[in-house]
Amino acid sequence: MTDPDIPSAYVRDKRTPPPTREELRARIPGWGADLDPADRPSHPKLQYPADTGAHWDFPERQPERQPRERSVEHAFVTPVFGTAQPLRGLSGVVRRFAYERFSEGRLAHWVLLVAGDRIDAWGSHLRSFATLRPDVPATGVRGELAHGGLRSRRGRSDARHHLIDPVVVAGPWVAGAAVTYTGVRRVVRALRR
Amino acid sequence: MRAMVYRGPYKVRVEDKDVPAVEHPNDAIVRVTLAAICGSDLHLYHGLMPDTRIGHTFGHEFIGVVEQVGSSVEDLQVGDRVMVPFNISCGSCWFCARGLYSNCHNVNPNATAVGGIYGYSHTTGGYDGGQAQYVRVPFADVGPVRIPDWMHDEDAVLLTDAAATGYFGAQLGDIVEGDTVVVLGAGPVGLIAAQSSWLMGAGRVIVVDHLQERLAKARSMAYAETLDYDEYDDIVVELKKQTDFLGADVVIDAVGAEADGNLLQHVAGAKLKLQGGSPVALNWAIDGVRKGGTVSVVGAYGPIPNAVKFGDALNKGLTLRMNQTPVKRQWPRMFEHVRNGHLTPREMVTHRFPLEHVAEAYHVFSAKLDGCIKPLILPDAA
Ligand SMILES: NC(=O)c1ccc[n+]([C@@H]2O[C@H](COP(=O)([O-])OP(=O)(O)OC[C@H]3O[C@@H](n4cnc5c(N)ncnc54)[C@H](O)[C@@H]3O)[C@@H](O)[C@H]2O)c1
Ligand SMILES: [Zn+2]
Ligand SMILES: [Zn+2]
Repeated sequence: MTDPDIPSAYVRDKRTPPPTREELRARIPGWGADLDPADRPSHPKLQYPADTGAHWDFPERQPERQPRERSVEHAFVTPVFGTAQPLRGLSGVVRRFAYERFSEGRLAHWVLLVAGDRIDAWGSHLRSFATLRPDVPATGVRGELAHGGLRSRRGRSDARHHLIDPVVVAGPWVAGAAVTYTGVRRVVRALRR
Repeated sequence: MRAMVYRGPYKVRVEDKDVPAVEHPNDAIVRVTLAAICGSDLHLYHGLMPDTRIGHTFGHEFIGVVEQVGSSVEDLQVGDRVMVPFNISCGSCWFCARGLYSNCHNVNPNATAVGGIYGYSHTTGGYDGGQAQYVRVPFADVGPVRIPDWMHDEDAVLLTDAAATGYFGAQLGDIVEGDTVVVLGAGPVGLIAAQSSWLMGAGRVIVVDHLQERLAKARSMAYAETLDYDEYDDIVVELKKQTDFLGADVVIDAVGAEADGNLLQHVAGAKLKLQGGSPVALNWAIDGVRKGGTVSVVGAYGPIPNAVKFGDALNKGLTLRMNQTPVKRQWPRMFEHVRNGHLTPREMVTHRFPLEHVAEAYHVFSAKLDGCIKPLILPDAA
């Protein structure tokens, strides 16, 4: 026998055997109901379902009312696709370029899509300032009061990261406001002169 | 109709939108009766998912009533109460034919690397989602299932993703009798993964998180041991100590791209978006599992590269298993488990918000305020 102080990893078997089936069944509802790995729903990984519900070999094609962007790794626009928020404006140009020029394997594809997202967001924020529902840096912060913002974070390590949120989220807004303010002041001064 | 709408990172609101129309003969239009916010929605909400467009309606966990069907729909009828898997799938492509419903090739023109998902950006196909009064459901003969009479609506809505994913996560671990299973993340996915690990014969289940309410839930609903990673200087060393220096036989990453626990990785990934999310939990999984063990990844990551410790995974001879959950494949067996009380999804529901308060719901769930574990959205409530 080896010295019992030597941990399991350094000897042949686990030092503490797991609890018996009886103990586990008594303690945990349903313990072992799916014990057989071969009798689990996603085993084997590739498995022909008896009937998927499909009654077609290839689905009928959904009409493409305006040119639909697609990954260049696809042979064609898939027979079914989402029609929400079609490409538009400058963000649309950037996104379309990302799709047409770069495969999903290229970092540029994703970086351009992220750039498109930011252009889309800032364009929308600027447009919203001319409406009755202007965007704000973050929504739902009312929840801080109604759902115990301070109480909930007490003692949590991620609270310090939450301090970063306002900087990351509101930072660009503050910078934008500052630039606008200085810009306007310059123009006003120039006009006064 | 009223619908949740994305206005940019950390910004959502409710707007009036047109009721969706049938656009393909196998479409159905479903009036949503109950929806939920998923941990995955937080990745969109924080602006981590490329091609998330302003005006997009999120929501891939929903149940409802069939309001209208296209001309080729054979199975569903107007008035049926249905639960809809979060995956959109055609049922006939190479992948669906082999049961990989989450990897369908016929529903997402925007990418080949991911299938179709409701309300999950254009990277997953550009479909508006179910945090709204109505939603377009493509391939109505393939995805939706009529809700069994005995099933509680709150169990049904959680089975459309969170619960199915927890169960799938345990399966991907290839658990054998007596295994020590570590679940990273005590969110809805992790909690069900912990419950499911026992069903598959685990001898020990340890759940790691740092939110006290969630760890308490892991003890009460999943009979798990729990570790608060904030209490340890290095959680990986603690996992080694807990397992007699072997490491766990199986580690399930139920955290994904928002992972915390390492300031640099978290800020670079989740805050500044310099990588496709923060891989802290995934790296803990790789370090914390034993050599020759299995890491199951159901936590979601973006398409932008991550700083993952791949060399260690290689040197340890790990098996890495992962996917988006093929939800419908899990259902028949899961229905039995829910009916028998072996899986208890609705025990995780902590908050119910009317659709009009969706912005507050997102903020509370994102910042994990008020002990929030799973928030539901009620589209009809005023
Ligand atoms: N593969 C799929 O099909 C699929 C489906 C649904 C959800 N998901 C993903 O699963 C993940 C979890 O979803 P959820 O709804 O439970 O989310 P959630 O945000 O409610 O839970 C995540 C939990 O992880 C904890 N956490 C953060 N960093 C951690 C760390 N380093 N170690 C341990 N725990 C940590 C958080 O405190 C939180 O409790 C998300 O990434 C989500 O996108 C994947
Ligand atoms: Zn989800
Ligand atoms: Zn398919």
